[in-house]
Amino acid sequence: MKWSAVPYSALRALRRNLMRTLLTALGIIIGVGAVITMVGLGQGASAEVKEQVNRLGQNVVLIFPGERQLGGVSIGGGSANTLTAEDARALREEIPEVIASSPEVRSTRVVVYGNRNWATRVYGQSHDYLQIRNWGVESGEMFTEEHVAEAALVAVVGQTIVEELFEGSDPIGETIRVRGLPLEIIGVLERKGMSLMGSVQDDIVIVPYTTAFQRISGRTHAMVINVQVFDEESMEIARVKIADLLRERHRLAPYQEDDFTIQTQEEVAQMATETSRVMTWLLASIAGISLFVGGIGIMNVMLVSVTERTREVGLRLAVGARGPDVLLQFLIEAVILCLLGGIGGIVVGLLGTEIIASIAGWPALFSAEAMIIAVTVSAAVGLFFGFYPAWKASRLDPIVALRRE
Amino acid sequence: MGESGLVRLKAIERVYRTGRVEVRALRGVDLEVARGEFVAIMGPSGSGKSTLMNILGCLDQPTAGNYHLDGQDVARMRKGELARIRNRILGFVFQAFHLLPRTSAQENVELPLLYRDEELSWKDIHSRARAALEKVGLGERLDHTPNELSGGQKQRVAIARALVTEPRVLLADEPTGNLDSRTTLEIIDLIQGLHRQGLTILMVTHEPDIARYAQRTITLRDGLMASDVRHTPLDARQALDDWTEARQDMTPTEVVAP
Repeated sequence: MKWSAVPYSALRALRRNLMRTLLTALGIIIGVGAVITMVGLGQGASAEVKEQVNRLGQNVVLIFPGERQLGGVSIGGGSANTLTAEDARALREEIPEVIASSPEVRSTRVVVYGNRNWATRVYGQSHDYLQIRNWGVESGEMFTEEHVAEAALVAVVGQTIVEELFEGSDPIGETIRVRGLPLEIIGVLERKGMSLMGSVQDDIVIVPYTTAFQRISGRTHAMVINVQVFDEESMEIARVKIADLLRERHRLAPYQEDDFTIQTQEEVAQMATETSRVMTWLLASIAGISLFVGGIGIMNVMLVSVTERTREVGLRLAVGARGPDVLLQFLIEAVILCLLGGIGGIVVGLLGTEIIASIAGWPALFSAEAMIIAVTVSAAVGLFFGFYPAWKASRLDPIVALRRE
Repeated sequence: MGESGLVRLKAIERVYRTGRVEVRALRGVDLEVARGEFVAIMGPSGSGKSTLMNILGCLDQPTAGNYHLDGQDVARMRKGELARIRNRILGFVFQAFHLLPRTSAQENVELPLLYRDEELSWKDIHSRARAALEKVGLGERLDHTPNELSGGQKQRVAIARALVTEPRVLLADEPTGNLDSRTTLEIIDLIQGLHRQGLTILMVTHEPDIARYAQRTITLRDGLMASDVRHTPLDARQALDDWTEARQDMTPTEVVAP
């Protein structure tokens, strides 16, 4: 057959049954649209996660207490009292690669100002916590090493506190009370937004850890030690040195396991992106199923079409078409149908991504890759599901086909 | 006729097997048709005339016997070669027209030329189709789709489609079976015109009246050739004129009389 006549004939045949063509293509449009939307949203979510991991700070290492054994039974990681404020100080002073270190205690407390109160998380940290988190103060200043040394009654608060207790007015110099303890606000933090786990990071009060340990949380040990390492290349060395120093300080014998866990920022990032990657795949495979269903729709319609057009096939064979010509014709029809669906699907998918992303407040990422894949896949769907009907058509006996009513 | 026969069938047999039942549709048919003949093939249903037509049209192959078409041994050909023969040597006209719906007359006529690979340019294809439609008197209706055409016009489009490939043999299977008597005469007139221009025509019909417009009538019975008669053909043009005259002679009262 004349090559240029193949797509032309296919388009004409599709136009002859415009309504059916559109309805069939709709299956593919929805399938491809769903795939593109899901991949776009998934990638948007991944990008968001990466962004948040970066907001965690630069070259950060987190040290968690090890598992606590209760009668030989582990009761979960991070629950033991093994890390002290002295450990944190030792890390900074004895390991050259460690440039900042902050023992952390968290407790949820009601904060009172005048006749207002607000339940928030009160963090005990060292003076270099903000440096570790790559976080700045909007007004006032962070407490100093001296404040920490004397367990001063000072606090640095997040934006949520300013909004909830001070209705947005400047809180510097004001005194809030936590469990009756008066704390003078000396700084307000920059807005930080949501954390990886979905909590509002601005809903925070930071006080010197000495103050928090003794007078707010009532704890004696750090829940986490936040450590910042000099640069990325030093991460691994720092990790080994931290482990050695902590084992030495905790007087662990060689046969004993670590009573702490070290996690680098990279590992946290990997975990987070892994999660979002799995989610992306999950969503995309559900969308893939709808594409598959669309493909079955194509096969169904093509089969009906072949049956309906048996006489046409008979005629084509009579005037000189060979079996392969007929096969190609129906196959190309299915592929063009799917490609049209694919293009429609891209439009629908982009709109869908935009709409859902704007509702959910995620960034919408349009990947050219997903579009190319979607179109390729839809062409493949056309080939795959179009083949059987086309093959059936090409096997028709012209005599029988011409006599079919 | 001897070797000059355009169509030469020798001892053609066609046996259908469906399960254990064996149907001998053709039981040894010999037929020679010379270039430029107009042959009618007749016979009651079940006589094997459809089977013979399918074999003549290279849509089917004989179980035994020899078939030479334009000097080529088509009984031994493979499917692809038969498709080529159908495209280049034969032209088909069917009772049911077999036009593609919602497709213009022009495109319907172009269809066979699309199966000539890259031999013809689109320009050639268009102009050939136009010429074929002009030849059948439809030069003004190139863009009409079948449902905008009358039965006679549809059959004219189908004949144009058969002619566009410049075939050696025109095979017409009950070409007037779906037409009223006046349109039948018009189509027969067209076919006779093609015959006068030198085209070889084989026409299957079950109406003796139609067969009389051919030069030669072959009658099949029970898969065998029952008769092969040459006769002076009637002139369809003449019949058309007579018909028109008869119509004019009718007075209005005669038309409405019960």
